[in-house]
Amino acid sequence: MAKELLVVGAGTGGLMLSNQVARQLAREIARGEVRVTLLGDRDEYLYQPGLLYIPFGRVQLQDLIRPVRDLLVPGVTFLHDRAERIDPETRTVTTRGGRRLTYDYLVLATGSHVDVAQVPGLAEGGHWFYTVDGALRLRETLARFSGGRVVIAAGLPYKCPVAPLEFTFLLDEWTRERGIRDKTEIVYAFPLGRAHSIESVADWAAAEFEKRGIRLETFFNLESVDPVKQEVTSLEGTTLGYDLLVVIPPHRGDTLARDSGLTGGDTWIPTDRHTLQVGRYDNIFAIGDATGLPVSKAGSVAHFQAEVLAANLVSLLTGGSPSHRYNGKAFCFIETGLDRATYITFDYTHPPQVTPPTRWVHLLKQAYNRIHWLNLKAVL
Amino acid sequence: MADKVIDARGSFCPGPMMELIRAVKEAKVGETIAVLSTDSGSKRDIPLWVQKAGHELVGVIEHKGYDEIVVRKLR
Ligand SMILES: Cc1cc2nc3c(=O)[nH]c(=O)nc-3n(C[C@H](O)[C@H](O)[C@H](O)COP(=O)(O)OP(=O)(O)OC[C@H]3O[C@@H](n4cnc5c(N)ncnc54)[C@H](O)[C@@H]3O)c2cc1C
Repeated sequence: MAKELLVVGAGTGGLMLSNQVARQLAREIARGEVRVTLLGDRDEYLYQPGLLYIPFGRVQLQDLIRPVRDLLVPGVTFLHDRAERIDPETRTVTTRGGRRLTYDYLVLATGSHVDVAQVPGLAEGGHWFYTVDGALRLRETLARFSGGRVVIAAGLPYKCPVAPLEFTFLLDEWTRERGIRDKTEIVYAFPLGRAHSIESVADWAAAEFEKRGIRLETFFNLESVDPVKQEVTSLEGTTLGYDLLVVIPPHRGDTLARDSGLTGGDTWIPTDRHTLQVGRYDNIFAIGDATGLPVSKAGSVAHFQAEVLAANLVSLLTGGSPSHRYNGKAFCFIETGLDRATYITFDYTHPPQVTPPTRWVHLLKQAYNRIHWLNLKAVL
Repeated sequence: MADKVIDARGSFCPGPMMELIRAVKEAKVGETIAVLSTDSGSKRDIPLWVQKAGHELVGVIEHKGYDEIVVRKLR
């Protein structure tokens, strides 16, 4: 009997993991000893970080999308279907299309997505760039924008913790380029008492804000929007008027794990911080945004977790035992304008440091935006 | 014992305070939430937010190598 690895979610983490395992076990797969199945409810992959540039017309949508089938290495079987329920006792996953899939090992890489409905009034009164439709709508609105007060705010939790800062810097430069910066007030409203979770990033951002004339509003956790009065209110009770509101809506995970009784009631999957095991099940794992771990919801985290878990699954699928541990590693580029960028890296025991932004790092980030596809195929 | 414990040790980004805020948002009024943090700034920053957001700081307990900060949701 072949050993079955079932991966749910054909996004960043799911693709990297499936491809890495299939590459390393090519012989076992060819001999019929191991099978790798990737289940995804979308048959197109979207490179989400590219959405940041859509509102400014810096990239075209078609450059961010590829068919999932073009991103698979031989040996991975892709099923375009949605997982609806997991039964850990019988080791089966049932799908919307009526399939019953059995597994020896199951990986949940179901990601996270914005939940606009959580914030009353947001759908009518605000903009966001975290979805394709949202980014395109914001592009249209910006094209007509001729000045006024822009408020940028966030609801917790959200993925890519630096995106709101990056958007703010890009907006600052974009309004300068268009000659409307003097008619534009930019207010950056952030959940914490400073501009970013990481103190060194926050200090650096505060200095940039000062230089660029961006106003920082602290302890502002998005709660509701009044689309008629054009006002946004925080959990802490502050209200700000706006002409254009751009938010990072709070995120949630897919309902699969919750509906299968694997979570504590919310949608985040309880996952071991080192082994990535889900709850008490030694054959179910989770990676990427879907976990409840206190790490950044970022593509780089999904990548590093996929590497660790792929190595462990290769052992498990060939009769060995897992020996690799995830150490909390994360890496993020930070765009600081239209032509400069910096980066941070950290793990559970090493705090991040920020280095001064350079043009070189910006070019590296742009280059990464192009080679990401190879990374998904586990070529790099 | 708090109703919910968040282990945010080793978290730099989003960090213990972001984890706490999201948990408070999801909790019911009256529930207590404990956050475990290895970040020395948490004991200074979290009470500031708790006050600003109108919740109650139940206590700060120093353990070996980390702090436990307990908050009750009031509204
Ligand atoms: C605007 C923006 C900017 C970003 N910038 C950066 C950046 O600069 N750097 C960085 O590292 N990260 C960035 N990110 C975050 C990054 O894109 C995500 O963290 C990453 O994609 C997470 O990978 P994942 O595999 O966990 O989830 P995803 O890539 O989102 O994939 C999850 C997949 O699972 C599928 N799925 C969900 N439930 C089911 C189900 N029940 N059955 C079948 N399929 C299912 C979904 O449809 C999706 O295809 C950014 C994100 C956004 C939106």
